[in-house]
Amino acid sequence: MSNDILTVENLKKHFVIGYTGLIHREPITVKAVDGVSFSIREGETFGLVGESGSGKSTVAYITVGMYRPTSGTIYLRGEDLFAQGDERPLRFKKEIQIVYQDPGSSLNPRRTIKDILDLPLRIHQPHKNRTLEILRLLNEVELPPDYMHKYPRQLSGGEKQIIAIARALASDPSLIVLDEPTSALDVSVQGKVINLLIRLQQELNLSYLFITHDLSLMRNVATRVAIMYLGKICEVADAAEFFQNPQHPYTQMLLSSIPVLSEEEEKLKPSKIHSIGEIPSPVNVPPGCSFHQRCPYVMDVCKVVDPVMVETGPGHTVRCHLFEQPPAPAAVPETSSTVEAAT
Amino acid sequence: MSVTPLLEIKNLHVEFKVYGGVLKVLDGVDFRVNVGEKVGLVGETGCGKTTTMKAILRILPVPPARITGGEVLFKGRDILKMKERELRETRGRGISMIFQDPTAALNPVFTIGAQLEPVIRHASPENRRLSKKELRKLAVIPLKEVALADPERLLDAYPIQLSGGMRQRVCIGMALATNPELLIADEPGTSLDVTIQDQVLRLLQRLVEQRHSSVILISHTLGIVRQMCDRVYVMYAGNMVEEAPTRKLFANPLHPYTRGLMAAVPRLSGGGVAMGIPGRIPSYLHPPSGCRFHPRCPQAMEICKHEKPAFQQAEDDHRVACFLYDPAVAEPQKEATTA
Ligand SMILES: Nc1ncnc2c1ncn2[C@@H]1O[C@H](COP(=O)(O)OP(=O)(O)OP(=O)(O)O)[C@@H](O)[C@H]1O
Ligand SMILES: Nc1ncnc2c1ncn2[C@@H]1O[C@H](COP(=O)(O)OP(=O)(O)OP(=O)(O)O)[C@@H](O)[C@H]1O
Ligand code: SF4
Ligand code: SF4
Ligand SMILES: [Mg+2]
Ligand SMILES: [Mg+2]
Repeated sequence: MSNDILTVENLKKHFVIGYTGLIHREPITVKAVDGVSFSIREGETFGLVGESGSGKSTVAYITVGMYRPTSGTIYLRGEDLFAQGDERPLRFKKEIQIVYQDPGSSLNPRRTIKDILDLPLRIHQPHKNRTLEILRLLNEVELPPDYMHKYPRQLSGGEKQIIAIARALASDPSLIVLDEPTSALDVSVQGKVINLLIRLQQELNLSYLFITHDLSLMRNVATRVAIMYLGKICEVADAAEFFQNPQHPYTQMLLSSIPVLSEEEEKLKPSKIHSIGEIPSPVNVPPGCSFHQRCPYVMDVCKVVDPVMVETGPGHTVRCHLFEQPPAPAAVPETSSTVEAAT
Repeated sequence: MSVTPLLEIKNLHVEFKVYGGVLKVLDGVDFRVNVGEKVGLVGETGCGKTTTMKAILRILPVPPARITGGEVLFKGRDILKMKERELRETRGRGISMIFQDPTAALNPVFTIGAQLEPVIRHASPENRRLSKKELRKLAVIPLKEVALADPERLLDAYPIQLSGGMRQRVCIGMALATNPELLIADEPGTSLDVTIQDQVLRLLQRLVEQRHSSVILISHTLGIVRQMCDRVYVMYAGNMVEEAPTRKLFANPLHPYTRGLMAAVPRLSGGGVAMGIPGRIPSYLHPPSGCRFHPRCPQAMEICKHEKPAFQQAEDDHRVACFLYDPAVAEPQKEATTA
């Protein structure tokens, strides 16, 4: 517990997106994040994986203070990030930075790279020689000094993302939230950005909250992985364990859907479980287990009772009735032919 | 499998005239699809995949686009020379395309039915005489085929009311409604989540196999193509650089670009993330001389800067555009640079 840098406790964020009817106006809410708990250890890369709309970015934005949670909270080294009203204190802002998915729109097109890097320095490091700091940052991310005078449009997608990383480093943070930092880049460019992030982490002892929907990438960067589905976490495990022994039916479905390049990887995929059904709208989350309409192992209880997180092994937690006490009978999917026919 | 070519592109050149000059994008593209074959086309953003497909359908915007050379033979007839009427026939029943972005492919202001019914009306001469009611009955069929629940109601729905996966399936249904001989699928499902993408691709595979259509599947995800295609082309900066049966290509990639690309893909089996390919995709305004890959190629030789390698056979069914596999290029030169 003592070496956790970030502790997220029962975090919820519900957005009101409209109202029903005219007389009995009820708010229509999206439960973007609905009771999420996890903790990140000092110096580790904690991976958060999930489909589009599962609430990953919302967790990211709450972590950096762009949103206040509807309920629940986050602790940074034991201090409540939301204890002090609306505006987050500067010292917390300095410690937690973010890199966004879209390298284009996160950099102001009318500012030079120098100006872009100068802004966070002015706020967080006012006493330092800023030009020297900018040169140091560029050197840190392996870009030549003359990039200072360029504009974002003169950079490639990968270089823009590297500048976004340099900007995040400017405040000398402890934790960086990486919200799909390479999903807008081609694979041939991704490697450079990822390797840079890994080197920086070791040199500067950074902790990462790494968000992606690419499980193959996650396998190679994360120490631990959490899977999100419709605002909730369904499984958390060490990365190696996670890919060898996926337990939640949704995790298995996710893994079996990944397109891979070799027979060796093909063997790592759970083969029995094929993807079926639509992802429900986050406005109309099904009762009970939110995965029950797509789950081949669904039981009666799943349609009524939302399962709770249980520990199935050291550091491995799963939120599914199959793993709750008393032990349910061994899971057998409803024959594969019915699963196939439903596609 | 039959080896009758259904589509054959020969030495296709396409340029775009833009402010500041001419983008020489397609630089002599060769490409073939046999009857009943599923062919993959892979390559990074901007390499010219969509441009090649739009040239096939003659839907490139002219200007700025200009086809400056080459042939696109569909069943032996050059599409580039077809008259409007023959072209319409070919587009209607011969070839249909699923576009990259399903949101853009469906018009938001019309219902699914209003967009599907005209497609069916033009699918055959008999259909043109059908009443509105009969047409509506037929329109339900393709929606059922793509496993959409409650197709009757869907006909009256607007695209916005459907999820991304449902929209993508509507597009597939629409593209297959005319029973085309060739289906072009440009990144189907890549904007979707992996589990839904997997569903969409398995569905697509089943439907084309049922009707023995030929398919061109475009993707920049190598794994998707590996899963679905019989044969694969790799494209780099407006050129085809490698072509082989799928198994062969993945087991033994020859072109330095293909090798770099495959090494860059993170593996589910772990092992870290490779550095990728150094440098950037070149500008089409001033493309590199000789082999367009030479500024980034770890094995580039002197000749690569001056001459363009021919796209030729390295083995019986494995073609590659690279001097490393050209018997005419002197051995010492190859060794000098690979050492
Ligand atoms: N400001 C907002 N107002 C209303 N709804 C929102 C808002 N932000 C997010 N949502 C909704 O909350 C849900 C979760 O969104 P979020 O962006 O966190 O997902 P995500 O997992 O990051 O998805 P993606 O992979 O597409 O980035 C979505 O249904 C989204 O539409
Ligand atoms: N209408 C146009 N005007 C000018 N340039 C164009 C036009 N259409 C395409 N291009 C250029 O042609 C090149 C190839 O584009 P194309 O869309 O064929 O690539 P792609 O391989 O399909 O890429 P992606 O994987 O991103 O879809 C790009 O550099 C693009 O900028
Ligand atoms: S709780 Fe039930 S429906 Fe949900 S994942 Fe587990 S078995 Fe499937
Ligand atoms: S022709 Fe030369 S530069 Fe081009 S890929 Fe082959 S070795 Fe590299
Ligand atoms: Mg997001
Ligand atoms: Mg394209």
